[in-house]
Amino acid sequence: MTEQRTRGIAPRSIGTSLDRVDGPEKVTGLAAYAVEHGADEGVSAPLSVWLVTSTIAKGRVSRVDPSRALAHPGVTAVLDHTNAPRLEQTDNGELAILQDDRVGFRGQVVALVLAETSEAAREGAALVEVSYEPEPHEAELREDNATYKPDKVNPAMETDTDEGDVDAALASAPVLVEQTYRTPYEHNNPLEPHATVAWWAEHEGREVLSMFDSTQGVHGVVQALAPMLGLEPDQVRVRAPYVGGGFGSKGEAHAHVMATVLAAQTTGGRPVRLAVTRQQMFSLTGYRTATISHMRLGAGADGRLTAIEHAVQEQTSVVREFAEQTASPTRMLYAAPHRRTSHRLARLDVAVPSWMRAPGEMPGMFAHEVAMDELAVACGLDPIVLRERNEPDLDPETGKPFNDRRLVECLRRGAERFGWADRPPEPRARLDGDWWIGTGVASATYPAMKQPGNTARVTSLEGGRYEVAIGSVDIGTGARTVLTQIAADALDVAPTDVELAIADSLLPSASVAGGSSGTSSWGSAIVAAAQLFRADHGAVPAPGLHTTASAADDPASEAYAFHSFGAVFAEARVNRWTGEVRVPRLHGVYSVGRVINPRTARSQLVGGLVMGLSAALFEESHRDPRFGHVVTQDLATYHVASHADVLDVDAEWLEESDEAFTPMGSRGIGEIGIVGTAAAVANATFHATGTRVRSLPLTADHFLE
Amino acid sequence: MRALDYRRPESAQEAVELVSSHPGARYLAGGSNLVDHLKLGVAAPDVLVDVSRLPLDDVEEVEGEDGAVLRIGANVRNSDLAAHPVVRSRFPVVARATLAGASGQIRNQATTAGNLLQRTRCVYFQDVTTACNKRKPGTGCSALGGYARYNAILGASAHCVTTHPSDLAVGLAAVDATVVVLGVEGERRIRLEDLHRLPGDRPEADTTLAASDLITAVELPMVDTDTRSTYAKVRDRASFAFALVSVAATLRMEGDRVGEVRIAWGGVAHKPWRARRAEAALTGGGIEEDAVRAAVDEELATATTDDGTAYKVAMVRNTTTMTLLRLAGEVRR
Repeated sequence: MTEQRTRGIAPRSIGTSLDRVDGPEKVTGLAAYAVEHGADEGVSAPLSVWLVTSTIAKGRVSRVDPSRALAHPGVTAVLDHTNAPRLEQTDNGELAILQDDRVGFRGQVVALVLAETSEAAREGAALVEVSYEPEPHEAELREDNATYKPDKVNPAMETDTDEGDVDAALASAPVLVEQTYRTPYEHNNPLEPHATVAWWAEHEGREVLSMFDSTQGVHGVVQALAPMLGLEPDQVRVRAPYVGGGFGSKGEAHAHVMATVLAAQTTGGRPVRLAVTRQQMFSLTGYRTATISHMRLGAGADGRLTAIEHAVQEQTSVVREFAEQTASPTRMLYAAPHRRTSHRLARLDVAVPSWMRAPGEMPGMFAHEVAMDELAVACGLDPIVLRERNEPDLDPETGKPFNDRRLVECLRRGAERFGWADRPPEPRARLDGDWWIGTGVASATYPAMKQPGNTARVTSLEGGRYEVAIGSVDIGTGARTVLTQIAADALDVAPTDVELAIADSLLPSASVAGGSSGTSSWGSAIVAAAQLFRADHGAVPAPGLHTTASAADDPASEAYAFHSFGAVFAEARVNRWTGEVRVPRLHGVYSVGRVINPRTARSQLVGGLVMGLSAALFEESHRDPRFGHVVTQDLATYHVASHADVLDVDAEWLEESDEAFTPMGSRGIGEIGIVGTAAAVANATFHATGTRVRSLPLTADHFLE
Repeated sequence: MRALDYRRPESAQEAVELVSSHPGARYLAGGSNLVDHLKLGVAAPDVLVDVSRLPLDDVEEVEGEDGAVLRIGANVRNSDLAAHPVVRSRFPVVARATLAGASGQIRNQATTAGNLLQRTRCVYFQDVTTACNKRKPGTGCSALGGYARYNAILGASAHCVTTHPSDLAVGLAAVDATVVVLGVEGERRIRLEDLHRLPGDRPEADTTLAASDLITAVELPMVDTDTRSTYAKVRDRASFAFALVSVAATLRMEGDRVGEVRIAWGGVAHKPWRARRAEAALTGGGIEEDAVRAAVDEELATATTDDGTAYKVAMVRNTTTMTLLRLAGEVRR
């Protein structure tokens, strides 16, 4: 494997809306998702496994009585902490299940039932009798218990930052906005619930674990599981040919994956499969923490910020730490000489939080961008003018120049398209029938990220065709299609001459489909391998030649701060009788580097806007602190936007190419659509009604008069 | 898998006999609620008696004891009910209430009787790991002091604070519908208003029916053509959500005065709440905003709320006012 410096590639297929290369498989139902693989792929006569989960939030399992379950027809085994296979490492408290009798949260896995059918396994799980010694638990996030300072916040950021003299600047600021903003617990809820198939075999005297998993990264699953199981990475093979969405919740392996693997260890090689239920997803597969953002903005009468403070309180789990980087965008968004951010956590006896689309940016930008709207009102400024006045010359966080900061262009372009100029400056100015009408705007930003550890392999085939291989996963975004386009352009061939091989940990290593980094990371490796292949083997290679390469870091790029930007515009209508909020228009304008495939890109950006709309108006996981679990644990009670809620939602982007960041010129688009969207909607509801709501979701009860 | 017996009787009479002779038997119609309960462990019948194929799917005008009625068969699908021309023209409140419920797919599956007999969506009722007096009498009510957004503000008890989820039932309550029931002792009629009950100390009983009672039809007394009606539902999203509050209303004006007004509320009680005090306060007067608000407040005098439900008072007041003003506007046109 070689590190190869990449050159920018000439776009030919890039920039066109190539049809999804896996579209026909998906719409005809031929695409096999995790639990759908059959005997032809090694999954013959699988046993089903069902999870038994704790009904206390903290304490010990005193007894597991499997007798009634074992007597049920079809049930073959019940595993608990007394008889489950032992792990080599147990420091990951989320994955080290059934290793001791401790219960760390309600809904934790305390036993597994294996059976010939999923129905028998489910009934068996209901028949397992688990006795507990409960202990007092704490499952409620409050301002008075979120005081613990983590060493770092996700993924490896500073917990706190402090520049200048914030207190003095705020004390002398002519205009002060000091408010607290709240976002609720949210669950990712991809369409395909988490699911895993696993089987153990012996190969050349070594144990080999094979899996199909619904995951955002096959190599990540190998890296998480192998050391815990006492295996070398090459003893574990994970495949994920089709994945029905993840939104971050499949970014890391969760407990159900280990449950499947441990169960499979006891069956003498027979495959085992597990599909998590929708209800179980509310305690086992990650979620976004609730956040409390204490914002203080100090500004001159002209709106120029002198001080920005963003103090975050949120929660993590005692079982495993996850600290959402909620104040991270505040560190780089606007210019101000005095700035301070902090994160404090409540360590609760609750399920383990994790990544959910734009962790950090989504809740943090809700707080910051509603606060900016309040500042605009306080200064008597148009919200767009306020943002223009606070454009920094350099990245406030690093002091580096931005490679391409086009926030103001996004705001202006959006304003023009949206008809912002017609907006009455005062709130509560337009009533149409029974509906108050208002408009709102918010900035969006997301860091451009590339992950290390990406390698691609190019192999020449017969007839001028090429196999391009990398172990990345397409979770439904269109990665399979855009990587085909990148490979085609990098090799200067037609997309139909590329056979893309992905989603298998036997292929060259790839980072997770997360952090909006997939296309940048995998695509750069593909370009590196393609360009090195051409250098080594020429334009007309003999079949069977291959080159494996990674993209070398470009030292020149170290001088810049790379971020994407956007502007979101929302129109809100609030019923003057019922308080119901509807959003007839939601438009985003983005600067995200070069767009590889307009069709799939639009889907990502519009999808992000819809998810942001959903968070603005509906989404909230209600945890009952008396019990410790989320009680709105299905899609009837955890509301996401319905079709009737999604009206005129549109996204466009500025034409640009960021070749300092990737040879494709792209920067990543998976997350920015959800950033700022809830703030834009909240600001629009204020403009409609004159009522400022500082917590999500913006439900009808907030607007009743 | 929990084995259960499945029966498909040929007649309503046979169905009643089957269920009355099997203590663990339950009727199955559209299944859109019961099948969920089987999966969740909320219901565990030994026998399912499938009545969905019984020929109870006509909508027809017939002469009843007290005049003409529109008889709606128990198995008429929600979609068909909402689309029926007579329902749409004479009972818009019923058509609109039906369309306000569930989704298109579910309305295609769900039946008229099944809709009325669906059970609460209280999150604790549906979560077998928490206590619920309705699901398991005597265990306690987890909704008290818990997630309260959908809880009742009228007629609740210390044993149960949940609401009935049906939209259709609220619409039918406003048109004085009658339910035709076949029981072991033959056929009888129950006012829709008396079908559902308040929880009291027996929240496990949603209705006044015996387990073997089978609803065979719902009858709507035909109304004057000068009666207007509509249904307003306030919910957390534009579609596919249960009511926070809903209002079914009919209005007949005599000049500028209310000749007859009927108001039923959903989302506020363990049953569709017929707001008779408000009706009495409004009858004979005009439909003005202040008068409606005052009438609603009279009805709400006995309301009890907590932090989770306090919003419902203003919501039901506003929504009722909006609804009656609209109806009065229609009458004037």
